[in-house]
Amino acid sequence: MSDLLVTRRKWLLGASALVLAGCDTARPSRGLLGAMERWNGRAQRWLFDPDRLAPAPPPDEDTPPDDFPVYFVSDRLPIAPVGWRLRVGGLVARPALLSLDDLQGMPRTELRVRHYCVEGWSAVASWHGVRLRDLAAAVGADSRAGYVEFRSFDNGYWSSWDRPSAFHAQTILAYGMNGAPLPPDHGAPLRVYSAVKLGYKMVKYLTEVNFLPTPTGGYWEDRGYEWFAGV
Amino acid sequence: MAYPSLGSRGRPYAWYPFHGHAPPGWLTVGGWLAGARHVHFALAWLLLGNALLYASYLLATGEWRRRLFLLRRDTGPALLMMAHYLRLGPAPAQQGLYNGLQRLAYASALGLGAVEVLSGLAIYKPLQLRRLAWLLGGCDFARAIHLVGLALIAAFTVTHLILVALHPKTLRDMISGGKENV
Repeated sequence: MSDLLVTRRKWLLGASALVLAGCDTARPSRGLLGAMERWNGRAQRWLFDPDRLAPAPPPDEDTPPDDFPVYFVSDRLPIAPVGWRLRVGGLVARPALLSLDDLQGMPRTELRVRHYCVEGWSAVASWHGVRLRDLAAAVGADSRAGYVEFRSFDNGYWSSWDRPSAFHAQTILAYGMNGAPLPPDHGAPLRVYSAVKLGYKMVKYLTEVNFLPTPTGGYWEDRGYEWFAGV
Repeated sequence: MAYPSLGSRGRPYAWYPFHGHAPPGWLTVGGWLAGARHVHFALAWLLLGNALLYASYLLATGEWRRRLFLLRRDTGPALLMMAHYLRLGPAPAQQGLYNGLQRLAYASALGLGAVEVLSGLAIYKPLQLRRLAWLLGGCDFARAIHLVGLALIAAFTVTHLILVALHPKTLRDMISGGKENV
C-alpha cells in the first residue's frame, strides 16, 4: 500500500516538474511543449489524406464579399510593383519568371471551399487560378523537392508547405476571386489558396515559389504558430 | 485561453459578448494565441493518452462495473440519494465503492471528457475528419459543443473541489487509493 502511495506521489511531483519545465511558449521547439508540438505535427501528417477533396459549401453560405476578412502585415495595403513577375525556382528543371498573362494561359482551376482561420472564424468565396501541381509540372519540379516555399511583397510575409499539401488538387495560385480579378485586399495579383491549410499558410501578394528539399519556416511559424497547420 | 478577433473592416464581428475585451492576465495561458495553442494541443494529446490508458485499465480489470453508471443498477439508487439530499427520504444503503449518484456524476465527467475529445478533433480537422464534424453539426457547432462541454467540466470540477473541502479525509483516499475493502 505504501509503495503505491509513494509511486503516485512521485509521479505527481515528476509530472508537475516536467510541465513547468516545458512551459516556455516563447520557444515552443524545446521541452515538453516542443516534444508535444512535434507529435502534433506528426499526427497532422498522418491524418492528412492527399486524395480527400473538400466539398463546396451550399450556395447560401457564401460570405458577402465585403465581409470576407482582409489581412496583411504591411502598414498599408501592399500594391504590386510595376512589371510584377512570379519567380519560380529551387529544384526545378526550368526556372521561370512568369507574368500574369503566362499564368492565365495555363489550365484554369475553380475552387469554392471553406476558409478556416486559426482565430476560429471561417468564410466562403470562390477563387480561380492555376493548380500548384500544374505549375510544378510546367517548370519540371524535382521529386526530391519535398517542400514548397512561398514569398511575397507584403513586408516579407512568407510560408513553406509540405509537398503533399502543396500538390493537393485543391491548392491553387489564385489570380481571381468571385469571378473577378483578385482585388488588392485579397492579395493581388496572385495568392495561394487551398482547401487543406489554415489561412495563415496561404501567402498573398506572391513574388516567389521555390521547390526545396528541406522545410523552411514562415512569418507566423517563426513567431510560434505551428508549421503544418492542416485542416 | 484563446480569443478569436478580427480587424475593423466592415461590420464588427462580435459573436460573443466579450469581444474586444482582453481577459485578465491571470486567466490566460501561453501569453498569446500561438502560445495558448501550443499549451492546448500539448495537454489535449496528454489528456487523450491518459484517457486511453484509463479506459484500457477499466476494461482489462473489470473496474468499469464498480465505477461506471449502469442504467438498470444505478438509476433507482441515484434517485433515492438525490431525494435524500433534498431532505425527502432516508439515505439508501451504500452499494459498493460509490453510491448511484456518485456513479452518475463521475461517469458524466468521463462522458464529458469523451465529448471534448470528439468535438475537439472535429474542430481540429474539419476536412480530414469530415464525417465526425458533420455528425457534430459542422465545425462551428462542434466548437460550441466544445466550449459548453468545457464549462460543464469546470462546473463539475468546482463542485468536486467544494465537496472535497467539506470532507477533507476523502482526499487521502483519492491520492493513496484508499482502503481496498469495498
